[in-house]
Amino acid sequence: MSDATVETKAMRRRSSASKRQRHLVALAGVAAIGAVSPFVVTDVYLQNVLILTLMYGALAQSWNILGGYCGQISLGHALYFGVGAYAATYLFTAFGITPWIGLVVGGVLSAALALVLGYFCFSLKGHYFAIATIVIAEIGLLIVHNAEFLGAAMGIQWPLGPDSWATLQFTRSKVPFIYLALVLFVITWVVCYLIEGSRWGFWWRAIKDDPEAAQSLGVEIFQSKMAAAAVSAFFTAVAGSFYAAYVSYIDPESVMSFRFSLLFALPAVLGGIGTLWGPALGALVLIPITEITRSYLGGSGSGIDLIIYGGLIMFVALAKPEGLMSLFSGSSRRKPQ
Amino acid sequence: MSAGAILEVCDVTRWFGGLAANKNVTIEVRRGEILALIGPNGAGKSTLFNLIAGAFPPTSGRILFEGREITGLPATRRCGLGIARTFQVPRSFDSMKVVENVMVGSFVRYPGTRAAREAAWKVLEFAGLADAGEVQTNELTPPEKRRLELARALATEPKLLLLDEVMTGLTPAEAQKGIQIVRKAREAGITIVMVEHVMEVVMPLVDRAVVLHNGEVLAEGHPKDVVRNDSVITAYLGDRHRAAS
Repeated sequence: MSDATVETKAMRRRSSASKRQRHLVALAGVAAIGAVSPFVVTDVYLQNVLILTLMYGALAQSWNILGGYCGQISLGHALYFGVGAYAATYLFTAFGITPWIGLVVGGVLSAALALVLGYFCFSLKGHYFAIATIVIAEIGLLIVHNAEFLGAAMGIQWPLGPDSWATLQFTRSKVPFIYLALVLFVITWVVCYLIEGSRWGFWWRAIKDDPEAAQSLGVEIFQSKMAAAAVSAFFTAVAGSFYAAYVSYIDPESVMSFRFSLLFALPAVLGGIGTLWGPALGALVLIPITEITRSYLGGSGSGIDLIIYGGLIMFVALAKPEGLMSLFSGSSRRKPQ
Repeated sequence: MSAGAILEVCDVTRWFGGLAANKNVTIEVRRGEILALIGPNGAGKSTLFNLIAGAFPPTSGRILFEGREITGLPATRRCGLGIARTFQVPRSFDSMKVVENVMVGSFVRYPGTRAAREAAWKVLEFAGLADAGEVQTNELTPPEKRRLELARALATEPKLLLLDEVMTGLTPAEAQKGIQIVRKAREAGITIVMVEHVMEVVMPLVDRAVVLHNGEVLAEGHPKDVVRNDSVITAYLGDRHRAAS
């Protein structure tokens, strides 16, 4: 082998390694901006938008693990969000257990639930899988609606207590929630980053692109889908617990309606599914629009935000099917040889 | 069971509805050889190929790999044991670069990403695709896609490589490159079973040919002898041609 080929090979490897490093630098930048944001954004309304944007960024990233990398389009993630929200709320209000434990319990319950549902659903292909996830989430919503110990349709109010990191109660300031949402976002991002660079990440993408070819290369399809579903459900539930602590009051419609399932999937689709930054970018565009249309164009239920979503998704599907992230990735088209 | 056999197909029958695509097929693949499966369209070549690869199980009969029964094993497990295949219509993982496509195969032997990447680059060099390693798969030319098929299968470090019409649609020059790669793979100790239509490829390359017709083994032997076999000529060209010749 000539020196020249050795050199180009080394360069190639370096280029792929430095690309991964650039992602980490970008994350550090985002984290730094997030960390100083409370000093710049002092308006409570805008702080709320910031928290929701970070939270939906984390949720879309969690959805991206199963839907974007593994290609299993779930439109029922509101179920896992609800499990997380109710687990933390119930454990706290009924037994006084700190939401820190509640969020872990919710995450584990959700992951276990995802494994059980996955066991039955992963034999379904494409649209049938997506439809099954919608139906199952609706069943979950009905069950909670009728569960007396979960407050049924009335929901559960968190008791008002003093501000504390132990109970995640902060009534005077939203700043702690900004940091919590930021940490949540960073953790889900790092999990995606680690997965993307590991065997799982390659296997999941192979399953998304061509399951039959993947199988012929020794990819364990069923196990891979189960693992993706469990990880995705875990972090969706953790975000659900966070949300419950943040709003201090939950009822079935406010954490488990179909609308939430859409809100987790859409930022990822808009930003670019199966990419590291797509979900975050999508959330950054979508969530402020949602909140602003809500406050300027009238209360909830008007559906104007959903009209805007629909329009954006149609635009992306027609103009940039790979999502907004494809605007940033330089064309890799080969130079003529 | 003979000592030299890497793969034994014993009395295998596969029904599709009312059609027996393979009927009582018994063949043996010897370690280190290049074996061709030939026959007219609809002869059952692809069915036999898929039975060996594990795409679906036989209706009856057994398949042994290195003396071990693999009849009911799914394709994933067979890959782990050392059976790799290509697809007749080239497939690719289009969300990944070429080298990452090959890494999916490497991961079977190298669980770590760094080692899998190293191994994938070596396979790309072997298959003459290293220049295209950092390219998205949808930018590959059709002949390059064929070579990617080969590279991905080779990345699983198989003992037995199943090639499904890898030379189809290639220019003579490209087919020559393909033949070189197959030869190199055999020299590296890999046993090869290929389904092939292009006789110019089959004749000089393979050690032995098995002719299938109507789902049954019609003849087997050295390719030169097989193509002179009367029943083979009849199967391909019909009775009239034989009478005329």
